[in-house]
Amino acid sequence: MQQYDLEADGLRGLNAALQAQTAGPEQTAWEVLNPRGSHAIAVGLNAPLEVTVRGPAGYYCGGMNQQATVRVQGSAGPGVAENMMSGRVIIEGDASQYAGATGHGGLLVIKGNASSRCGISMKGIDIVVHGNIGHMSAFMAQAGSLVVCGDAGDALGDSIYEARLFVRGSVKSLGTDCVEKEMRPEHLEILAGLLERAESDAKPEEFRRYGSARKLYNFDVDHADEY
Amino acid sequence: MDNKGIPRTVPAKSATFTDPVNAEIRRAAATGIYDIRGGGAKRRVPHFDDLLFLGASISRYPLEGYREKCETKVTLGTRFAKNPVELEIPITIAGMSFGALSGPAKEALGRGASAAGTSTTTGDGGMTAEERTHSSKLVYQYLPSRYGMNPDDLRKADAIEVVVGQGAKPGGGGMLLGQKISDRVADMRTLPKGIDQRSACRHPDWTGPDDLEIKILELREITGWRVPVYVKVGGTRPYYDVALAVKAGADVVVLDGMQGGTAATQDVFIENVGLPTLACIRPAVQALQDLGLHREVQLVISGGIRTGADVAKALALGADAVSIGTAAMIAIGDNDPKWEAEYQELGTTAGAYDDWHEGRDPAGITTQDPDLAARLDPVDAGRRLRNYLKVLTLEAQTIARACGHNHLHNLEPEDLCALTMEAAAMAKVPLAGTDWYPGKKET
Repeated sequence: MQQYDLEADGLRGLNAALQAQTAGPEQTAWEVLNPRGSHAIAVGLNAPLEVTVRGPAGYYCGGMNQQATVRVQGSAGPGVAENMMSGRVIIEGDASQYAGATGHGGLLVIKGNASSRCGISMKGIDIVVHGNIGHMSAFMAQAGSLVVCGDAGDALGDSIYEARLFVRGSVKSLGTDCVEKEMRPEHLEILAGLLERAESDAKPEEFRRYGSARKLYNFDVDHADEY
Repeated sequence: MDNKGIPRTVPAKSATFTDPVNAEIRRAAATGIYDIRGGGAKRRVPHFDDLLFLGASISRYPLEGYREKCETKVTLGTRFAKNPVELEIPITIAGMSFGALSGPAKEALGRGASAAGTSTTTGDGGMTAEERTHSSKLVYQYLPSRYGMNPDDLRKADAIEVVVGQGAKPGGGGMLLGQKISDRVADMRTLPKGIDQRSACRHPDWTGPDDLEIKILELREITGWRVPVYVKVGGTRPYYDVALAVKAGADVVVLDGMQGGTAATQDVFIENVGLPTLACIRPAVQALQDLGLHREVQLVISGGIRTGADVAKALALGADAVSIGTAAMIAIGDNDPKWEAEYQELGTTAGAYDDWHEGRDPAGITTQDPDLAARLDPVDAGRRLRNYLKVLTLEAQTIARACGHNHLHNLEPEDLCALTMEAAAMAKVPLAGTDWYPGKKET
């Protein structure tokens, strides 16, 4: 395993080294020491690396990730795994706002809680939160699955498109055009796979499913008051 | 006169409730929805037409109009980027999306801009292979919707433009209605075909300028600090917005006034929100000067640029370059009178067609209809754009030489005077024939 002391050697060197490394004969396991909440750790990776951040990360950790697995042994700041395309980002602690924002693919696992706007504008990413999520999560969520093993805050799934939302606990309120939907066998199967990959022991049968009522897809003056 | 010989009162229409106003009231009452259209503000506002160049005489001598050189090159992004964008002319093509525009139209913009030695820009929806192929310098927009945003295309870009707002609708998000959501457009944006796309007005993962600074850091780290990061704002509070964009780390600030166009939004938004382009420039330049970064952070002005005189006036007021959108569309064939019969069928006329959101553009530019799009020959349209860009440049050079300058960037406010009080106040140049403008401090 290669080690990089972020405090001593700086952010640019870390990302340059990680971005330059491709899968192959090289050692693909990296350990980032002394992150101390630095921003933009391990962003723009595009190789099947295994990066472990030993401590808390700041904004945008794992941003735009492709292929790599980034594990944060601590909490993560706003926008963790934003616009991720593929690979995995795992947060051992809590995550701040906008976790997984606009992500197109890959799996984001948050073992603690996630703050507001988790999964905002998600476009295909899968997100599993072991704890609770804050308000306005999955706002304008387009595609992918958001799994919440705890509770969801206000206005879940406001203006949602085709993303799937699964919540085991309570939902404080649903956002505009978001409704509870029937949990069919195919959804239980998707959920079971995600929970397994996220190392959660929750049971798919314990969850309820939410999604778009699709009433706002085209403007209708009779729905104008819902905004 | 009536039949008794008594003079009648002449029917008088209200200056407040005009025919267009009344028609809009009736349309609103019939449909229950606001009017949506494309383009920029149509109302009369103080503009570059209200400024004149003084030219050279005894106190200044001119350059020989046809023989002495007047440079036009500009480099954008010199502050932090390893590879700034070097352009032959200080006129760029503004961001317009594939989706709002047809594939051939985007290709034509790339071809024309490349032939003229300048850049073009993507838009909401991401980068298409066609526009990357045909654009020698391509600016990749980073918008609130993040439709089509991906790191592979980000790394292909010659610059990144973080779009905070645009002049036609500062504070508003994008809009692309279902009629234009073809399979390809839907796939690029990860949304169902045929739905109305009303994009977010704020970025999903940052809010204020402190966040933006970190976002720009992330974008630079992903792209290895190679390419410049522009920040585009609509004209609202230009002094503070420019200062904050610079504080956040922008290499270039793009400032778009209310005459700047949009593919679609509410007419009430276009006509009633934002500042005229003319009112934006001096506060923006002042912000850069106060920070000691004028010319180190480049300023690109857009919104209603039509002629080489407009280019020259924007540069004289302190801009480093300008950007054109609507004019580029007209150059490649938008609103061409040759389609008048079809415009009439659509209930409009050439020069007034602005229902770009409906996707029925006879010129094949603001459409995703394959038959209509096929009407535009991208090679021929690209040539027209190249010609137009050349004319803008030649016109600006003509004026600069007449003012005694061997580079367009040597134009300065002292070359200008204003025809109206409003323009004098906004541009901070003297009213013609005086040495005074409103708000001028006594020295």
